[in-house]
Amino acid sequence: MPDKRIMNVAEAIREATDTCMERDDRVFLMGEGVADPAAIFGTTRGLADKYGANRVIEMPVAENGFTGVAIGAAMMGRRPIIIHQRVDFSLLSLEQLFDNAAKTCYVTRGQHTVPLVVRMIIGRGWGQGPAHSQSLESIFAHVPGLKVVMPSSPRLSKGMMIAAIEDPNPVLMLEHRWVHYVEGDTPEGYYTVPLEGTTKVRDGGHVTIVANSYMRYEASEAAAALAEVGVEVDIHDLTVLRPLNVDAIVESVSKTGHLLVVDSGWMQHGIGSEVITRVVEQNLTALKAAPRRLGLSDHPTPSSRELAKDYYPRAFDIADSVADMLDLPDDKRDQVTTMINKARGSLPADIPNPAFRGPF
Amino acid sequence: MHATFPASELKAMFQSMLRIRLIEEAIADKYPADKPENQKMRCPVHLSIGQEAVPVGICEELRNDDQIGLTHRCHAPYLAKGGDLRAMIAEMYGKETGCCGGRGGSMHLYDDAAGVLTSLPIVGSVIPIAVGAALAMQQVGSDAVSVSFFGDAASEEGVFHESMNFAALKKLPTIFAIENNHYSVYTSLSDRQPDRPLEKMAEAYGMPAFHGDGNDVAGVRIAAREAIERARTGGGPTLMVFDTYRWREHCGPNYDNHIGYRSEGEFQHWKEKCPVETMRRLLKQEHGFGDDDEAVMVTVINSEIEDAFVYAENSPLPDAETAGDLVYA
Repeated sequence: MPDKRIMNVAEAIREATDTCMERDDRVFLMGEGVADPAAIFGTTRGLADKYGANRVIEMPVAENGFTGVAIGAAMMGRRPIIIHQRVDFSLLSLEQLFDNAAKTCYVTRGQHTVPLVVRMIIGRGWGQGPAHSQSLESIFAHVPGLKVVMPSSPRLSKGMMIAAIEDPNPVLMLEHRWVHYVEGDTPEGYYTVPLEGTTKVRDGGHVTIVANSYMRYEASEAAAALAEVGVEVDIHDLTVLRPLNVDAIVESVSKTGHLLVVDSGWMQHGIGSEVITRVVEQNLTALKAAPRRLGLSDHPTPSSRELAKDYYPRAFDIADSVADMLDLPDDKRDQVTTMINKARGSLPADIPNPAFRGPF
Repeated sequence: MHATFPASELKAMFQSMLRIRLIEEAIADKYPADKPENQKMRCPVHLSIGQEAVPVGICEELRNDDQIGLTHRCHAPYLAKGGDLRAMIAEMYGKETGCCGGRGGSMHLYDDAAGVLTSLPIVGSVIPIAVGAALAMQQVGSDAVSVSFFGDAASEEGVFHESMNFAALKKLPTIFAIENNHYSVYTSLSDRQPDRPLEKMAEAYGMPAFHGDGNDVAGVRIAAREAIERARTGGGPTLMVFDTYRWREHCGPNYDNHIGYRSEGEFQHWKEKCPVETMRRLLKQEHGFGDDDEAVMVTVINSEIEDAFVYAENSPLPDAETAGDLVYA
C-alpha cells in the first residue's frame, strides 16, 4: 500500500491551483493578498514566484471592480480565480456576481460563458466579530447561474477546486477558515471531484444528519458519542449547495425517518430550510418526527468570546437534537454529554478544536 | 479639422449616423400601441436619438476584433460597430431570432461577429467588464482594444473609479468613453456632481483624457484615433468625455420636455447642434452631396429597416418550454 499523502485543506487548495496553472496557461489568480507573504493562509504560497506577477495578480482593494474585470476576462476565454480573505469582503461585488457572472450564459444562450472561480473564506473565532465571520452561502446559493460549493476535506477540496477551475460556469467556493487545518490523505496529481451531490461521511440507521463545512466535524464528534449508546447516524456532507441534489438525503431519510440539518450559517431562509423542504416535498411520509435545524444564533456574530460561546452549534447541541428526536432516556443523554466533554476538555469555543484536524 | 477626412469617409459617417437615427425613429414610431396587449416591442427601450456621433466616431476607428461594452442605451454603438440589425429588432420583439433569443431584451444587445461583447443595464456595470476584456487581450498578446461606452452618471459609481485605477495601473488597452448627455433619467448632472470638468477625474489616475463636442462626429473620430492608437501600442487607457444630449425621454419613444425637469429651450439649443444635420450641411455645402444622393441613402436604409421589422414580426416567439435551459453551460 502506498504511503498516504497527508496534507491539510489549505495545502490541498494550493496544490489544486498549482496543478491547474501548470496544465492551463489561461488560469490566473487575482485578489487582495494573493502574492503577499501570508499567501492567503498559505493557499497561494509559492505561486507568485513560480508563475509571475502576470498570473498571480495582486489587486487594488476594489472588490466589485476586480470581480467585473475577472468576468470580462472570463468572457474572453481566460480562467480567472478570485480570492476573498473573508466572505464579507465579497459583499462589495454582489452586483457583478449576481447580474453578470450568474446571467451571462443564460442571456446569451450559452454563447458566452463565465468560467470564474471565486474563493471566499469564512472567518471564525478570535473575536473577529460581526463583519469578518459571516457564513453567507445561502445568499449565493439563492441565485440561478452560480454554483456554490463548500468542500470540507483535503481530498474534496483539491478535487473540487480543480473541477471548479475547469467548469465553464462561475463557481463560488466557500472555505471555512477552521477547515483549512483539517488534514487527510490527498491523491497526488490531477483528479476532479464532481460539483454535484452530497458526500456521505458516516453510515448509520437511526437519524440522518446533513451538515457541511466545519459542521461536518461537529456532527461527526456527536455521532461518535451517540454510537457509544447505540445510536447510529447517517452523516451527509452537503458539499454542493447549488446545483442542489438531495437524492442521497431523501434516500437516507426514507431509511431513518429522522432528519437534522446543521447549517454553517443562520437558519432563517437558510440551507437547512431548503433541504428540509425538499425532503418533505419528496417523501413526507418517511418522516417519523418533525425535522430539525441547527445553525447560528439569530443575531450578528459578537466579538467577545463570552458573547460568542453559544453562537455556533456544537457537538453537544447536535447530540441533544438527536436525543430529542429519538426520545433518548436521561442516562444515555448524560453518557453522550460526558463523552463529548471528555473529548473536548476545557477547550474554549473561540479556537479550532484540534481533534477536528484529523488526519481523517 | 474635417479636412482630415475625404468626402467618402464623411459620407460613410453621415450614413452610419443617419441609419441609426432612422432605425431609432422607426422604433419610436412602432413602439406605441392603442392597448398594451397590442404592443409588439414589450420591453423598455432607451433611444440614442441625438447621441449618434460618439458611437459612430469611435466605432469607425475600431477593428472587428476590438470589443465594446455597452449600457442600457446600447442601440447606437451596437449598430455603429456592425451589430446585426435584424437580431436587434427581433430581440425587442422578444423573438427566438433576437440576439439573445428573447432572454435579454433591448438592454442586453451583443454580437460576437461584430465585437459587441455585451450590454449591461446596471449603471457602471459594464465598465470593469470591458477592462477585463482588455486584460485578456493583454494576457494573450493581442493588439486589440476594448471600449466601454457609458453615461455621465456611471462616473458617479465606485466601479468606474475602481476600473480606471486598475486599467491605469496595468496600462490596459482600453478606452473609457463617457457620453455625457447631462441627465440621469430626470436628474441633471449639476444636481449630482460638483462643477468641475468630468475629464479631470483621469488626472487622479495619471491617465490621459480628452474632452470634446460629442455631436461633432469627425472630431470624435480624430480624438478616438489617437486614444485607440495609444491603447494598441501599449500606452494604456484614455478617458474620453463627449458632451451630447438625449432628445427623447430616458426610457421610451416620447419627448418629455413638458414634464418639468428640463426646458424646451434647452432641448432646442441642443437640437440646433444635431450631429446628423451638422454633417448633412457640411456634405451639402462643401462636398456636392445633393438631396438626391441623400434620397438614395435613405431608400437603402429604409428598406433595411423594413426588412428587419418584417423579419422580427415573422419570427417565432421562443418556446416557453426552453425558458429554463442554459442557466448553466
